[in-house]
Amino acid sequence: MLDKTAEKRKNIISFVCVLAFLILVLILDQVIKPTSKMFMLLTVLQKGSVYALAAVSMNLLNGFTGLFSLGHAGFMLIGAYTYAIFTIPDKARDVVYQYYDASVRFSIPEKLGNSMGPFGTVLGVVIAVLLAGLAAAIFAYLIGLPVLRLKSDYLAIATLGFAEIIRAVFQWSKLGPVTNGSNLLKSFERTSTFKGVLFGMKLKFATFVPVLIATVSITLIVLLVNSTYGRAFKAIRDDEIAAEAMGINLAKHKMISFVTSSFFAGVAGASMAMVLSIAQASNFKSAMTYEILLMVVLGGIGSISGSVIGSMLFVAASEWWLRGLDSGTFLGINAPGVFRNGFRLVVFSVIIMVVVLFFRKGIMGDRELTDVIAGWKAKSKNKKGVTDHE
Amino acid sequence: MNTMQTVLPYVISGISVGGQYALIAIGYTMVYGILRLINFAHGDVFMVAGLLMVYLAAALPIYLAIPIVIALTVLLAFIIERVAYKPLRTAPRMSVMISAIGVSYLLQNLALYITGGLNKNYPSIPWISDQITVFGMATTRVTVITPFLTIILVVILVYLINHTKIGMAMRAVSRDFETSQLMGIKIDAVISVTFIIGSFLAAIGSLLYFSNYPGVVPTSGGMPGLKAFVAAVFGGIGSIPGAVIGAFIIGICESIIKGLDTILITGGAITEQIGLATFSDAFTFVLLIIILVFKPTGLFGEKSTDKV
Amino acid sequence: MKKIIALALTLIMIFSLCAISASAENVVKIGVFEPMSGDNGAGGKQEVLGMQYANAVCPEVEIGGETYKVELVYADNASANDKAPTAAQTLISEGVSIVLGSYGSGVSIAAGDTFLNAGVPALGVTCTNPQVTAGCDVYFRICFLDPFQGTVLANYAKNDLGATKAYCLAKQGDDYSGGLCNYFIKAFGEANCVYEQFPEGTGDYSTYITNAQNQGCDVFFAPVSTEAAAQIIAKANTQALGMPILAGDTWDSNVILEAAKGTDVKICVTTFYQEGANAEFDAAIKEWIASDATALANNGGNNELAAVTVMGYDAYFVALEALKAAGSTDPEAVLEALPALECEGITGAIAFDEIGDALRDSAFVKECNNETGLWDFVTVAKAA
Repeated sequence: MLDKTAEKRKNIISFVCVLAFLILVLILDQVIKPTSKMFMLLTVLQKGSVYALAAVSMNLLNGFTGLFSLGHAGFMLIGAYTYAIFTIPDKARDVVYQYYDASVRFSIPEKLGNSMGPFGTVLGVVIAVLLAGLAAAIFAYLIGLPVLRLKSDYLAIATLGFAEIIRAVFQWSKLGPVTNGSNLLKSFERTSTFKGVLFGMKLKFATFVPVLIATVSITLIVLLVNSTYGRAFKAIRDDEIAAEAMGINLAKHKMISFVTSSFFAGVAGASMAMVLSIAQASNFKSAMTYEILLMVVLGGIGSISGSVIGSMLFVAASEWWLRGLDSGTFLGINAPGVFRNGFRLVVFSVIIMVVVLFFRKGIMGDRELTDVIAGWKAKSKNKKGVTDHE
Repeated sequence: MNTMQTVLPYVISGISVGGQYALIAIGYTMVYGILRLINFAHGDVFMVAGLLMVYLAAALPIYLAIPIVIALTVLLAFIIERVAYKPLRTAPRMSVMISAIGVSYLLQNLALYITGGLNKNYPSIPWISDQITVFGMATTRVTVITPFLTIILVVILVYLINHTKIGMAMRAVSRDFETSQLMGIKIDAVISVTFIIGSFLAAIGSLLYFSNYPGVVPTSGGMPGLKAFVAAVFGGIGSIPGAVIGAFIIGICESIIKGLDTILITGGAITEQIGLATFSDAFTFVLLIIILVFKPTGLFGEKSTDKV
Repeated sequence: MKKIIALALTLIMIFSLCAISASAENVVKIGVFEPMSGDNGAGGKQEVLGMQYANAVCPEVEIGGETYKVELVYADNASANDKAPTAAQTLISEGVSIVLGSYGSGVSIAAGDTFLNAGVPALGVTCTNPQVTAGCDVYFRICFLDPFQGTVLANYAKNDLGATKAYCLAKQGDDYSGGLCNYFIKAFGEANCVYEQFPEGTGDYSTYITNAQNQGCDVFFAPVSTEAAAQIIAKANTQALGMPILAGDTWDSNVILEAAKGTDVKICVTTFYQEGANAEFDAAIKEWIASDATALANNGGNNELAAVTVMGYDAYFVALEALKAAGSTDPEAVLEALPALECEGITGAIAFDEIGDALRDSAFVKECNNETGLWDFVTVAKAA
């Protein structure tokens, strides 16, 4: 066990690392041009941070509280739509809602930007992101009332069902004036509009913003997991009946976990809308939930840093490194007959099946990156080895 | 035009699609009954059966292709069970479910690779794809024969389960996994037989379903699979008649909802389209949640309590 | 720990492999942003065929006094709006000078921002939704627009087919069919239209046909993807639809002809190109398709021409003209050269208005001949 000062030092080191990473991203944002080959790195960072947040928030529920929920795509949809609807500038509103008479004509960043300048725009985006999370959380609370009483796979299928219902409601033509029916929302505040002039320098924040959102949110989740609530969640996961006997209010804690997880799913949805620059209900299918679940499994159920690593690897592999498998040439081997459209996903799903079957703990198991590093240090000090969590 | 005449086509096509869901639902309910596993890959096995037919019918005469498709589908389900589920028998239920989702992901991506992501047209099977007229309404023969074929197959299956030795073993395993193992029942054999029966019926279901809706894409299995699972839950998981009744109810409701705007307009209840068809898929899940909240064991399910 | 080191090594390996790129002399890259899979995959492949044929006919271009080899770079947008921005980004990162595509409007709208951000010009081939070019300064297109096409179709339904009540079917969330239906309804009269949308992944089109029959419609407007179309035609046949089916340019495809052959479903479409208008071109491209097994398969197994193939061919040459006019392979220069560009294509004269849309005022109306399985020319329709 580490003592208090070591714990403190660990926290400071983590903080410095994260800060350095954020600064690095900010620099990369300025240096890499869209026409450069390395721009894929930024795409991966953008999408990866969205999925990392989604995966961590799912892990909070599935890995830390033991509630197997498959409704993530639905909450992300709510987040994406809430964010998009409240940040479309007035001028663009009629173009976007081309078939409907838009009923919401209120862009928070624009309104605040008009009265407070650039700072208002930033504040507006922040408020819209928080609203996105809140909307998802409110829906989660309402859904949670009936479904959280259900056990394991029944809960999974009920949440999956709710996600499908949410998707259908958002696509309903009668709600067109609000949601634009089943058509896509665009022109809202997105990564390509995140730029500004600071101290005379033109700065872009296209990658920085989603990464920052993910970093802040994941930090908050880490704090929650390490709090008394987090310990209660883990107790529920390990043995529900024992936890109840120890005086943990099951219904309350399950609800807290569910609502928090959904809040961050909503934020991830908003962040996804920014990154893709569009929001459309048909993208948020249950396949998206499955993908996020597979990222969590890849990283290790019950490990937050695992989820981050898992989703970054997942996105990087599918968007970037394995692209060659789809376009004829991979690792210098040219075989257009084999390496054609879709091969990448086949290879990918085989890898995932191997992880699921043979490396059930994923990359990190239920350890955190900090534990692993501390383990190395301890190992080099007394050559005794890390105690494995079984 | 009277209301009866307006509603009838929807009911008939609903009964037909309900029968097809029923054949898939049996696979879900039997597997769940024994392994307590939502076999997410079952819907994709159904889709693969459709694709196999597309490719085999192009190379072989149809009367040869059909039995081969069924045999290959059964083999596929058998392999999936042995490779993806059997090694995880002692693992937590969540791991098995994740494995099932992984298999589903793999099958869909394989199908995507092989088809190039394009829609494949299902071959038309002589006789059952022919056009006929029922109650003055033009349709295909498959629409009419599906419910009858479904009921015949279910009766045979129920007989098999109630009156044969392997059926008795299945019932025993679903009642108590550990005890039946102690009593000398070969668990693995029973589970394999369950998967074989389930996939056999899914293959028949795919023949009927795709003859009716002749387009196969990698995601074709997803929605019918989920609906069939909901049907199984609705009827009470583990209960075969329950799954069949659930499937028919879901099929009919879905079909009527797709035409509900039209029915209401011709009935004079509303004057313009209100887009209720959007909810044809979602309604299934509404039904599921209502059932789960008010009667979690389904219509015919047995009550079970969790023991410490 | 070993696991992590192994992982890190693999990452570095893959990373370094990705960074290596072979660069040849004097190659100009043209991006092909088309769906090769998904709902519009079949149509996208036909459009690409036109570009590939054009590339085979004219593989080199002279830019600023130097000869460049033209290389087509492909990215599959998978007919999915959420995959489109990444596909677009891959093309941009490959260093393309101009992008052609896409078939289907939604993906073009979704990727517009990505092209705009990088300043790479895009040339829409058959994306007819007004939103593609509106508000996106780098998007141009060579096809007509939905408001025009929708109006032409509505007028044709009213005046020539004598229809009084129309059933309109679109795919949910699809900007092509949704947009076209919207403008059709505006021109036909909202009170006389029944508008429904089917969700993605629908297999059951029979209900929609029953709906049309029950509501007493006398024309069935379904400008959906060719895959859905084939199934709609089959169901229309077995359920004895009893009214003509009307559709837009996507239905001008051999897939439709094949589905309709031998049935008694009447089908009319508006399109960009009338086969036979340029016999020499027709013969040459048909021969090229027939000679290449992959091309033949991508065209749906026979060498009947789809209008989108011809449009793809024209788009390629417009891109070459733009490159010539720019005198450079720099996307920025190409972008500057595009607005003033004027050239003669197989499908007619091509020039752009201030938004970047093609100046086109006529569409061909064709009817499917159920016996021969070919298109019969009906009329040339102009905007009223």
